[in-house]
Amino acid sequence: MPDLTYLYAVARESLSCPSGVAGNPVRTIARAGLVAYVSSVPAELFGAEPLRRSLEDLDWLGETARAHHRVVDAVAAVTTTAPVRLVTVYEDDAQVAELLERRSVAFGDVLAHVTGRREWGVKAYTSPAAAAAQAADPDHADQRGGARTCGGDGQAGRPGTAYLQRRRAGLRGREQVRRQVLQRADHIHRALSALAAAGRRHRPQDPRLSGRHDWMLLNGAYLVDEARAGEFAALAGELGGDGVEIRVTGPWAPYSFTVMEPA
Amino acid sequence: MDRISPSGPAIRPTYGAGPANREPANLGDILERVLDRGIVIAGDIRVNLLDIELLTIKLRLLIASVDTARELGIDWWEHDPYLSGRDRDRELMAENRRLRRRLAAVEGGEEADA
Repeated sequence: MPDLTYLYAVARESLSCPSGVAGNPVRTIARAGLVAYVSSVPAELFGAEPLRRSLEDLDWLGETARAHHRVVDAVAAVTTTAPVRLVTVYEDDAQVAELLERRSVAFGDVLAHVTGRREWGVKAYTSPAAAAAQAADPDHADQRGGARTCGGDGQAGRPGTAYLQRRRAGLRGREQVRRQVLQRADHIHRALSALAAAGRRHRPQDPRLSGRHDWMLLNGAYLVDEARAGEFAALAGELGGDGVEIRVTGPWAPYSFTVMEPA
Repeated sequence: MDRISPSGPAIRPTYGAGPANREPANLGDILERVLDRGIVIAGDIRVNLLDIELLTIKLRLLIASVDTARELGIDWWEHDPYLSGRDRDRELMAENRRLRRRLAAVEGGEEADA
């Protein structure tokens, strides 16, 4: 079975880089002012059918994802890079060259957008206890007071009613905690986006993926001018506190900001 | 999840040491990016993730298991015995209403509003 061509990323410069998926060496294909980073992969492993099975194997997937990322990251550290999604596989090199030719304008637009910028990941976490403590803060007591009195005082002697009122206050408190957390996440995202060239909110990660039990209120990605990286990091740090912990990852290749319209 | 070194020596020195609260890229972050982001090329491609729906089963579920309906994935109250149980609330309220109505009838007073 002939080998297939696995595509990692598209850039403008040709560089040497680490080995790719399945341990194969990475090479470049140049066309139309663009450079595609590719490696040969065996069709027995990277055809649609074998992949269907392999991708169910989390160990295989983890290793392949890391190899893919290693190549993308090495190129992106040195030159403007458009990462391509995992397991994007072509019949042969000629097909990739044809892709560069045909989509050269689209790739050019994507690369122009991310030139001189890097992606930073910002996650904000809080624990249920910390969020509840924030909600109980005297600064926010007005709403809670409202919840306590809204049932009227005339029913104080009725245990059922008092119970219901407590329940209602509990539900209201829960809703309030949720709202405050949402507002806090919005605020952090807006502040970071204002400094960044672009910002995107992704779904918060499942605890099994994040490896943390605290809940993630923000999973943001920000495209930041290289010159403003320090400023961005400082701002991210300032936005934490009051029960919210901020974690920054990066710089990443601009994975979240290289959307290309379908051909 | 295991961790790998962030970007290793490939990081440009212009970034310096980076912020103190910066954490290394873990496998979860990498998977999230390489699976859900980056350029998606459709068309004459031989294989891409679009063709491989089976991926939905484990990993995509992991990444997206936090239902968008829950907006921010804040679902901790579902595991909190005090806060959970909307159905139970409804039952309790219904029972409470019944009891109060009964009491009102016995006392010959007015019906209490719920």
